[in-house]
Amino acid sequence: MSSDTSSQDKLIVAGRTFNSRLIIGTGKYKDYAQNAAALDASGADMVTVAVRRVNINDPNQPMLVDFIDPNKVTYLPNTAGCFTGEDAVRTLRLAREAGGWDLVKLEVLSDPKHLYPDMEETLRAAEMLIGDGFKVMVYCSDDPVFARKLEDLGCCAIMPLGAPIGSGLGIQNPVNIRLIVEQSKVPVIVDAGVGTASDATVAMELGCDGVLMNTAIAGAKDPIRMARAMKHAVIAGRDAYLAGRMPRKMYADPSSPLGGLI
Amino acid sequence: MNITINGEHYDDLPEGMSVAGLLVHLKLPPQKIAIERNREIVSKSTFEETILADGDRLEIIHFIGGG
Repeated sequence: MSSDTSSQDKLIVAGRTFNSRLIIGTGKYKDYAQNAAALDASGADMVTVAVRRVNINDPNQPMLVDFIDPNKVTYLPNTAGCFTGEDAVRTLRLAREAGGWDLVKLEVLSDPKHLYPDMEETLRAAEMLIGDGFKVMVYCSDDPVFARKLEDLGCCAIMPLGAPIGSGLGIQNPVNIRLIVEQSKVPVIVDAGVGTASDATVAMELGCDGVLMNTAIAGAKDPIRMARAMKHAVIAGRDAYLAGRMPRKMYADPSSPLGGLI
Repeated sequence: MNITINGEHYDDLPEGMSVAGLLVHLKLPPQKIAIERNREIVSKSTFEETILADGDRLEIIHFIGGG
């Protein structure tokens, strides 16, 4: 493989091509203007968004679509706050009507303490959504067995957590992430748990197709600088993965030749 | 006419009001929202012809920041 493939090395999900392998959230920012600036710095071309009631009493409140243009950036509506398949389908049908998109992020959570996905309900919801014509990118546990079941159902991207949502603990179980990468024919995107740039690089070095993050950027002291760091981290990790790392050795091996010493 | 919008009760809306008319009344941009009426999606293309009825329950949603 030549070294100049990065410009052709695109992320393809459900037949759609994305220039960046970084997907960012739009929650927890100081305001939408800061969010838009971070998006610009990150180079991402897909953002997750939530579906919520309009504030009827204050129609002049700023709207996300006025800051991040859905014609230029792919909106990935999520099902955050949904605890059943029925809730998820209802929410995403509204999202599809609001935006016209069928590419969605399914997340069915359980306990607010750890926000771990309810995998039984996630499988049920995925089946319902796929039956309704949605292209489902699915947030899931890092269990290769469930990941396989979700892929078999027809999910277009498998998105295992690296660590609990918003925890910033990094990739806690690289062995499982790698197992999921090796078995999957659809893109694998680490969703949740990234805390800093090196975590994103680790995910990409494991062979993941992308990384999705929100709090790591929005919760940094300087979100815009962190967004830029994440852009480079994902590119670096991807290139390192494609380059193929050197083997690990138990002992030193000098870089300078020993022959010809004076 | 009594209808419920996003969980709040409205009792001062005129009879025969359409969904499009309601959005004008509420000053909401139709292209940026989606509406569910009694658990059924109201397609944007039918906002003009969909006439609200007493007892309707509406949900009006839009996109906000999320992860």
